[in-house]
Amino acid sequence: MIELLGWVPLFPFLGFLILVFAGERLSKPIIPWVGAGSVGISALLTALIGAEFLRGTMEPYRMFSGYWMALDDMSVPFGFYLDALSMTMLFVVSGVGFLIHVYSAGFMESDPGYARFFAYMNLFVSAMLVLVLADNLVLLYLGWEGVGLGSYLLIGFWYEDPDNGHAARKAFVMTRIGDTSMALGLFLLFTHLHTFDIQFLMIRAGNEWTPGTWLPVVSAALLLGGALGKSAQLPLQTWLPDAMAGPTPVSALIHAATMVTAGVYLIARTHDLFLLAPSVQFAVGIIGAITLLIAGFSALAQTDIKRILAYSTISQIGYMFLALGVGAWSAAIFHLLTHAFFKALLFLAAGAVIFCFHHEHNIFKMGGLRKPMPLTFWSFMIGCAALSALPFTSGFYSKHEILLAAFEVSPVLWAAGCLGALITGIYSFRLVFVVFFGTQSQSVEKGIGWRMAAPLVLLGILALFGGLLQIPMDSVFPGSANTDTDHAFNLVSALTIAAPFAGLLIAVLFYLSGTFSAQRLANYGWARLVRQFFLSGCGFDAIYANLLVRPFVSIAKLNKNDVVDLLYLGIAWLSREFHRIARTSQTGRVRWYASSMALGAVFILAIGLLS
Amino acid sequence: MNEIPMELGLLLSVVLFVLGLIGVLVRRNLIMILMSLEVMLNATGLAFIVAGSRWGQADGQIMFLLILTLAAAEVGVGLGLALQIFHRFHTLDADSVSEMKG
Repeated sequence: MIELLGWVPLFPFLGFLILVFAGERLSKPIIPWVGAGSVGISALLTALIGAEFLRGTMEPYRMFSGYWMALDDMSVPFGFYLDALSMTMLFVVSGVGFLIHVYSAGFMESDPGYARFFAYMNLFVSAMLVLVLADNLVLLYLGWEGVGLGSYLLIGFWYEDPDNGHAARKAFVMTRIGDTSMALGLFLLFTHLHTFDIQFLMIRAGNEWTPGTWLPVVSAALLLGGALGKSAQLPLQTWLPDAMAGPTPVSALIHAATMVTAGVYLIARTHDLFLLAPSVQFAVGIIGAITLLIAGFSALAQTDIKRILAYSTISQIGYMFLALGVGAWSAAIFHLLTHAFFKALLFLAAGAVIFCFHHEHNIFKMGGLRKPMPLTFWSFMIGCAALSALPFTSGFYSKHEILLAAFEVSPVLWAAGCLGALITGIYSFRLVFVVFFGTQSQSVEKGIGWRMAAPLVLLGILALFGGLLQIPMDSVFPGSANTDTDHAFNLVSALTIAAPFAGLLIAVLFYLSGTFSAQRLANYGWARLVRQFFLSGCGFDAIYANLLVRPFVSIAKLNKNDVVDLLYLGIAWLSREFHRIARTSQTGRVRWYASSMALGAVFILAIGLLS
Repeated sequence: MNEIPMELGLLLSVVLFVLGLIGVLVRRNLIMILMSLEVMLNATGLAFIVAGSRWGQADGQIMFLLILTLAAAEVGVGLGLALQIFHRFHTLDADSVSEMKG
C-alpha cells in the first residue's frame, strides 16, 4: 500500500482540476462528491498506508517520482518522505480535511460559488499534503506557497465585500514576509551545504557546523521567520483574526487544523538545525510563551464567536512553539494533533451556530441555545473542555506534557503556560456560557443536516479520546523530552491540572451564576481601557498601521505623480519651449530667410578666416 | 596690352555681389529680387573669369558657362513662380506672401 503514497496529494489535485475546468457544468449534487470524494480517497489511502506503516518497523519510507528540476549541482526531485512525523501530519490533513469537506457539503450548499469553494479547498488540501510529505525544502516550499494561495483565495471567497478582500490581502502579505525570510534561509542552507534534501541537510549541518556559530543561528532564525508568518506568532500574528472573514469550514480547516500548524511542522522537521542554534530555539520558546499570553488576553475581550476561536488558535500554537522551544518535540506534534481535532470541532460547531442562527457572529446576541441545539452544545462542551485541557480530554494529555517539559527547562515559561491555561479556561467557558446558557433571544432558524452532524460527532469522539492516539516519535526526534510518572503528583503537576479549573470557576462566577458582573467591571475607567486594548488584539494592528502602513501610504501619495518621471517630463517641457522660441523665426518672409542665410555665411566665413 | 590686376577684378565682383545681396534683402518686388539675384550670379561669374585669366586656365570660362545656364534656369523657374504669385495674390510684394509661417 505504501507505494501509493504519491497518489495521496494527487487525488485532491485531480479534484481541483475537474472542479476548475468543469465545475460550472457539473450538476449541483455531483460537486460535493468530486470535492469531498477526492479528499475521501486520500483519507482512505492514508488510513491504509498508516496501518501498514504503524504495523511495520516505522522505518522512514522514501519515494522518488521524477525530477522537478535537475541542474548541474542542484536537483529537486518530486520526492516524498514518510516517517512518524509526516504520518501524523498526513492523518491530520487528510482525515480532518475529509470531515471538514463533508461538513462543507452541507454548510455551503446554498452558496452560488459551491464548485469554486470545493475547487479551492481541494487545491489547499493537495498543497498541504505536498508540504508535509516533501523530502526536500524546495518541494516543501512549493506546498508552503500553495497553502498560502489556497488560504488567500478562501479568505476572500466572498469577494463581493471589499472587507473580505482586504482581509485576504492582509493574510497574504503578512505571511509573505515570513515566506521571504524562509526563502532566504533556504538559499543560505543550499549555498553552504549544497543540497535541498532535508535529511541530508540535517546530517551535513550536524557534521560541518559547530553549535552556536553564526551559520546555524542565522539559517535557523530565517526558517523561524517563515514559521512565525505561517503560524501567526508574534510579531506576525495579526492576520489570523481577520482571516475569519472566510467561510467557517475554511477557518476550521486552514486557520485552525492544518495550515497554521505548518510552522510547527517546519521547525519539528528541521529540529536538528534548531538544536545547533540553542539561542534561536530558546527564542522559539519565548515567542511561544508571549504569543500564547497576548492571544489569550485578546480572546477574553472579543465578542465575535469566530474571533474568540481565532485568538485561541494563536494561543494554542503558542503552546506548540513553547514546546518546540524547550525541546519537547513530540509533545508539540502531539498538541498539534489534538488541537487539530478539538479546534476543528469548535469551529464546525461555531459554524453550526452561525448557520442556524441568522448568520449572527456576536455571542451576546445569542444565548440559551443549549435546548434547541443539543448536538452543537455538546460538541462545544467537549471542544472547550479539550481546549482548556480538563483532565481526560485529548487536550489535557498534550498540554500537560508540554507544561511539564517547560518546567524542566525554565519555570518562567511554565508559569506563563499555566497562566495561559487559566485564561484559556476563562475565555472558552465564557463562550459556552454566553452562547448556550441564559435566555434565548431569538428562535433558531433551521436545523443541521446529517452532513454537518456526522463530522461533529466524529470530531467530538476524536477530541475526547484523541489523547490515546499518540504516534511514537522516538524514530524521529532525539531524546524526546520524557515526561514520565516519577513526578506526576507533585505540586507542579497539581498546579498545571488546577489552572484550567480556576479559569472555569472564574467563568462560572462571571457568566453563569452572575455573582460578579463583567458589565459592571467594564464600567470602571481603567478596566474599559484594558478591555479596549485586548479587544484590539493588544494594539498590534495600530502599531503596524502607524509604523508601516501609514508611512508607506504617505510616501506613495507623495510619489503619486511619479517623482522619477519629472526628469523626462522636464526634457519634454524643455524641448517644447525651445520649439516655441525657434518657431518665431519662421516668419514666412523670404527676405528674412535670405538675410539669415547671408549672415550665417558671413559668420562661417569669419570663423574660417579668423581661426 | 595693359593687364588689369586681379585684385581690381575681384573687388568689382565683390562690390557687385554685395550690391546684389543688398538688392535681394531690401527690395520687396519679386521682379527686382530676381534681378538682384542675376547681379549676384554675374558677380560670381566675373570672379571666375578674372581668376581664369589670371592663371591662363579655361576652367574659369567653363564655370562661367555653367553659371550662365544655371542663371537661365533659375530665371525660368523664378519668373514662373512670380507669375503664379501675381495670379493668385494680385501682388508682387514678397512680404505679403508670408502665409507659411510657424
